[in-house]
Amino acid sequence: MPVVKADLEACQGYANCVVGATDYFDLDDDGIVVLLKTEVPETDRARVVEAARSCPVSALIVED
Amino acid sequence: MDTVTVIVGSSIGGVRTAQSLRLEGYEGRIVLVGEETELPYDKPPLSKAVLAGTAAEASVCLLNRDQAQELGIELELGHAAAGIDVAGNLLQLHGGEALRFDNLVIATGAFARPSPWGHRPGIHVLRTLDDARSLRADLAKGGQLAVIGAGFIGAEAAATARGLGLEVTVIDPLPVPMSRIFNAEVGQWFGDLHRSNGVTTIFGTGVESIDGDQGSFTLRLTNGQNLEAATVLVGIGAVPNDAWLSSSGLLVDNGVVLDEYCRTVDAPHIYGVGDVARWRHQKHGADIRIEHWTNAVEQAACVAYNITHPENPRAYTPVEYVWSDQHDWKIQVVGRVGGNAEHVIIGHPEVHGRFAALYTIDGINLSGAAIVNWPKALLACRRGMGTGITVQELREKLEPMLDPQPLAAS
Repeated sequence: MPVVKADLEACQGYANCVVGATDYFDLDDDGIVVLLKTEVPETDRARVVEAARSCPVSALIVED
Repeated sequence: MDTVTVIVGSSIGGVRTAQSLRLEGYEGRIVLVGEETELPYDKPPLSKAVLAGTAAEASVCLLNRDQAQELGIELELGHAAAGIDVAGNLLQLHGGEALRFDNLVIATGAFARPSPWGHRPGIHVLRTLDDARSLRADLAKGGQLAVIGAGFIGAEAAATARGLGLEVTVIDPLPVPMSRIFNAEVGQWFGDLHRSNGVTTIFGTGVESIDGDQGSFTLRLTNGQNLEAATVLVGIGAVPNDAWLSSSGLLVDNGVVLDEYCRTVDAPHIYGVGDVARWRHQKHGADIRIEHWTNAVEQAACVAYNITHPENPRAYTPVEYVWSDQHDWKIQVVGRVGGNAEHVIIGHPEVHGRFAALYTIDGINLSGAAIVNWPKALLACRRGMGTGITVQELREKLEPMLDPQPLAAS
C-alpha cells in the first residue's frame, strides 16, 4: 500500500496539507506537520497525493 | 487517434495540471508548452533563497525530463503561444507551427509590470529565474539597493538584500504600504519590521524619474528628495499574460474569463489555471483572479478533475491563501482581508512575537485573517474558513494560546 512520508526539517507549517486531507495531516504547536496515518488506501490516493503536492516546500511524498 | 490535452504555460499551474491529469487516470497525450527554454521551475524561492544564493537553482525545478517521461508528459519548451483557432481546435505557436488539441489549458501566468522609469542595465524586475540571476549578480557587486514598491515581492527582496548585508531603501507612494492589503494598524507593523531590520523606508512618496546608469543611479522622488542607488528593483505588480488571446475570440477581461468550473465561457473544452485565469467564484458571487501559488495548485487539481469528469465537473470555490517571508516574520493571509472589513487583533508583535488579525465583512463571521509567526492560529483560521466560524468563537480559542514570547532582538 502507498505510504506518505514527511520531511520534518523542510516543513514550514503552511498547512496546505491539512486543508487538503485533514484526516491525514495536522500541525503540532511549533507548526510542524504530524502524520495522523501513513498508509494510503487506493481510494484515498488521489486526494492524499494532491494534498502532499500542495506543500510549497515539497516536504511530503507519497511512495508506492 | 489519441485524445490530446495541450497545456500552455510551464510554470506551477501548467505542471500541476499535467501531473494531476495522470493522477486522475487520464490516458491521452499531454503536451506541456512553455515559452522559456528552462525546465519548469518554482517561483516563490526566487525572491528568497534563490536570490540569497542559499538554494541551488536545481532545487526549484518542478519537473525534470525523467519525471516528464515517466508520466508521459511531452515537454515543448521554448515555444511561445501565438493564438488559438477555437473552431479548428488548434494552438498556434510563434514560427507557424500549430498543435491540435481536444482539451486546452491556458496557464500562461502573468509578467512583471514593466518599469515606467525606463529599462537599462541595473534596473530590474523580479519574476523569472533569469530576473533572479541578473538581480543576484548586481546585488553581489554591493552598493545601495533601491526597491520601488513595498508589496510582497519588493518587501521580500528588500529583506533578502538586507540579509546579504546591503543597504536597502524601499519607496512606496502609499503612506502605509501594506494598508493596501490589511489596515493601517497592521500595515504600520510591517513598516516597523523593515525599519527595525535596517531597511530605510520612504513611504507616501513616488518616483519621478531614474537618472544615471548602473552603479550610480539617482532616483528623483516626488517630495523633491534625491536618492542614490547602485541597483534598482521595480516591484509594482504583475499583468496577466493574455494579449496572445486577443485574436482567439475568447472573452478576455484582465485575464481569460471562465465559468465556475474554470472553462472558458465561449468554449467548454478550453480551461484556464493560475494567474491568467479569471473565474466565477460561486461563494463570492464574482469573477476573480488570484496571483498566488496555492491558488494555481488548487485550480490545477480542479481543472484536471473536470477534464477527466466532464459529465460531473466540480465548481472551484477555494479559500484564498498566500504566504510571505520577510526578515524573521512568516506572514500568512487566509480568505479576504482589509478593505471595509471590521477586524480584531489578537496578540502583538512586540509583546507576544506573534499576532492574528481577524476580519469580518458581515460583523459576525470570519471572512479572512492575517497571521504572523503563529502556526496554530493559521490552522484554526484555515479550518474555520472551511467550516464557517464566528470571529468571537475564534477569538475565544486563540486568546488562551497567547504566552508572551517576544521576538529575539534583531
